Amino acid sequence: MKRRAHRDEPLFFERNPKRRGRQGILLPTFDGPSTQPASVLPAEVLLDDRPLWPDISEMDLVTHFHRLSQLNYAVDEGLYPLGSCTMKYNPRINEAVAGLSAFNAAHPLQPDHQVQGVLEVMWELEETLKTITGMPGVTLQPAAGAHGELAGILMIRKALEARGESREIILVPDSAHGTNPATAAFAGFRAVEIPSGPDGTVDLQALDTAMNENVAAVMLTVPNTLGVFEHRIVEIAELVHSRGGFVYMDGANLNAFVGRALPGLMGADAMHINLHKTFSTPHGGGGPGAGPVTVSEALLPYLPVPRVVKTDDGFSMLWSGENSIGSLRGFSGSFLILLRALVYMRGMGGDGLREMSETGVLFANIIRKRLEGAYHLQYDTPTMHEVVFDDSEQVKNGVHNTDIAKRLLDYGFHPPTMSFPLVVHGALMIEPTESFGPEEIDAFCEAMLAIAKEAEETPDLVRAAPHETPVKRIDEVRAARNLKVRFVDEA
Amino acid sequence: MHPWIGAGSEDRQDLLHELGLETIDQLFARLPESVCIDHLDLPPAQDEISLRRAFFDLGLNTTTAAREPSFFGAGVYNHIRPAAVDAVLSRAEFFTSYTPYQPEISQGTLQALFEFQTLMTRLTCMEVSNASLYDGATAVVEAVLFAFRVLRLKRPRVVIADTVHPIYRSVLDTYADPTGLEIVTVPAGPDGRLDIEALEAAITDDTCCVAVQSPNFLGVVEDLPVVAQAAHRVGALAVHVVTEALSMALLRAGGHFAFDVVCGEAQSFGVAPGYGGPHLGFFTCKEKTIRQMPGRLCGETVDSEGNRAFCLTLSTREQHIRRAKATSNICTNQGLMALAATVWLEAIGGSGLRRLAEDNLSRAHDLARRLVDEDTGWRLAFPDSPFFNEFLIQGPIGGTEIARKAAEAGILAGIPVARWSTRWPDGLLIAVTEQNSSADLDALIETLRVAS
Ligand SMILES: Cc1ncc(COP(=O)(O)O)c(C=O)c1O
Repeated sequence: MKRRAHRDEPLFFERNPKRRGRQGILLPTFDGPSTQPASVLPAEVLLDDRPLWPDISEMDLVTHFHRLSQLNYAVDEGLYPLGSCTMKYNPRINEAVAGLSAFNAAHPLQPDHQVQGVLEVMWELEETLKTITGMPGVTLQPAAGAHGELAGILMIRKALEARGESREIILVPDSAHGTNPATAAFAGFRAVEIPSGPDGTVDLQALDTAMNENVAAVMLTVPNTLGVFEHRIVEIAELVHSRGGFVYMDGANLNAFVGRALPGLMGADAMHINLHKTFSTPHGGGGPGAGPVTVSEALLPYLPVPRVVKTDDGFSMLWSGENSIGSLRGFSGSFLILLRALVYMRGMGGDGLREMSETGVLFANIIRKRLEGAYHLQYDTPTMHEVVFDDSEQVKNGVHNTDIAKRLLDYGFHPPTMSFPLVVHGALMIEPTESFGPEEIDAFCEAMLAIAKEAEETPDLVRAAPHETPVKRIDEVRAARNLKVRFVDEA
Repeated sequence: MHPWIGAGSEDRQDLLHELGLETIDQLFARLPESVCIDHLDLPPAQDEISLRRAFFDLGLNTTTAAREPSFFGAGVYNHIRPAAVDAVLSRAEFFTSYTPYQPEISQGTLQALFEFQTLMTRLTCMEVSNASLYDGATAVVEAVLFAFRVLRLKRPRVVIADTVHPIYRSVLDTYADPTGLEIVTVPAGPDGRLDIEALEAAITDDTCCVAVQSPNFLGVVEDLPVVAQAAHRVGALAVHVVTEALSMALLRAGGHFAFDVVCGEAQSFGVAPGYGGPHLGFFTCKEKTIRQMPGRLCGETVDSEGNRAFCLTLSTREQHIRRAKATSNICTNQGLMALAATVWLEAIGGSGLRRLAEDNLSRAHDLARRLVDEDTGWRLAFPDSPFFNEFLIQGPIGGTEIARKAAEAGILAGIPVARWSTRWPDGLLIAVTEQNSSADLDALIETLRVAS
């Protein structure tokens, strides 16, 4: 991020805070009689009419946000190799379709016959996800991956209840994403960690020992957060099933094997799919996403409602189900995200989706090969879609992973995911995805190699980074100590 | 190779060669054969022309407020969405970035979030706002779990008004099931307002929170001060749920009455109905309880040169640090929707927001008066209860039937509440916004008259 002019854009509240009489949009006027608020609303609940913030013209509004936008790095700017986040290209056709008023103006409580197009999109997406995973059922409701985890774990809970069992534990590998144990706790279970073996995959022995009749499920990420495929996944699933447990698969890393393998064949009972990762819906500066969950036969009865069904007279929304876990959110899903994902899948086609995964894996392996000499690799197990290095070589010169990350900013790249997974101290988790061309991958690798060299020769330069960003290194400790989480007028 | 894949077929060969490999299959050698497939059984890639056609055609099977007058609300409102809001959201710098983990290259997103938090605290009259939750329903769940934690997991009873959005309540039931929380619902009186006597009777010493929606699901404005007092009498937290966020421009939100949480849905602020999502959950609370707050939070700080800057803060509450002890499992949230609300609220402006709310009030009350005055046969279910821009009507035929007839006549007349309400099963819930011209109001009145 070198090219941007420095510009201190004031907070909206600071620009002429007292000025009135500007407008950012011409509001419609009502030609009927106006109603005085005080004539119909009780005085004690009526707000006084002092404006809560300033007024601004449309040009000034657009400029404000344009300037702010220029302080951001984004996928459209270059490689964004944030491991586990699959920061791929967001095709513009997705946006064009999602902009159709037939979709974005649809109200979720409209009768089914008025929204057949919407329901058909949802139904086709369900069918497509079933094909991609080889699993027989799906809910589109979850708003993101973590929400999908909760859906899956609640279904597992319900299935156990139906068997008259109340198991209390969910096993989670120590390499798991934080949402896994958090979800387990949210769903009323105790999360128990199982250690990874020397190759970074689940230690089968440890699993065998831990997998008792009090264990409801094992949550596994495939490939795991080290970018390593759980090659004994079938045995793991058999072991878990033989002791009455369920296999929850965290599908955040699905970009590694679409069209190459099926979670259904691996023995997964439930798996969330982050549409905002594998299926290209934009990350939006933090969201929104969508986290549909595919399920095995065993969990079909417990799928959340509402969900779409196909009948002889078209599609309809089913709002209740006898054994359903119920609803996890308002309405039936983040439809406009689901729609974008379907456009992507259709645009890619079956072969394109397979080539997508193959290319993502290919690039991750290229990065691994090129950086292996300069950065330490804790697990040398074959790499799938992402590769996790650490800073142990650089720490010898007092340079930590965060310093490497900040220095990368000077080279014009978004850094990898930092300090995750927890099993690798000082981790740098790199996921290139398939979107960019080899030239961008070259440039990234060169930057990483240059930084490794700097870490040896001029470590202070790296430690003081970034040097070329719109703001310099930010004091995050101070933000937490001296909390300021809203603007307060001095006056 | 496909345009959304960066490496062409020649590149692929070169890259494989660099790795010393012959075929791409070798990269997948670790996958057990029994889980592998050799192709996906999906149609071939569709080009842009046919994609556009196909989805346009699907859209033709859909009737929406974009084509017909609509009085649909019930938690999803049809408000003005200035073109400038969409223009800002479609800037790749905003929509193709992710969570601002690297604040030095994310000041745009972070400052917008800081502005969002400020706007929301001003509207709710609270001290802190998070950077969004999934939606209104999950915001209520988070508020309940928050109250449970703030009171040290010792009070399992949750008292909630029957007139909180029925979908929100059903979502709460789903989440509460495994937690051991006991959900007690308090009915509304004949005037559509929470029955305060029943409320007071329901609140016990082991109550952690009292949640009330205002304006409530039936559109009626609740007596918030009394609810807060009742909750605080036993030391429970008072939660004000909002589904029509624009109401806060006219009606004092919970913060004015010492509520501990104001939360809900802010879809009204520039977010498309989109058949239910993505929408915008919000959560505001007091500073003293900030450490129990769910979700992301943006804070002000300085950079190494002492200049003001922003970053995510108090992440020790969150799943990536706290794991099983996190205040929520939320990770990806509704960032872009929070940006939409920020742009929208600033575009409308401080003065404009009040005017817009008054405009909605005028339209809704005009319609309500005319329904009665013009002998349509329809009446307000709660003629003496205050409302903002939404109200329940009853008439000679049931809500379900009139909605169907109106749909045939090309009007989305409102939402029949029969599906949820056993108390007013024949009611039709009508929301009126600035999108409803006086011609729309005429058309609705005419339809109600003719159809019944
Ligand atoms: C491995 C893994 N699991 C789960 C999640 C949670 O997904 P989301 O952020 O969509 O809730 C993530 C993403 O951040 C992840 O990387």
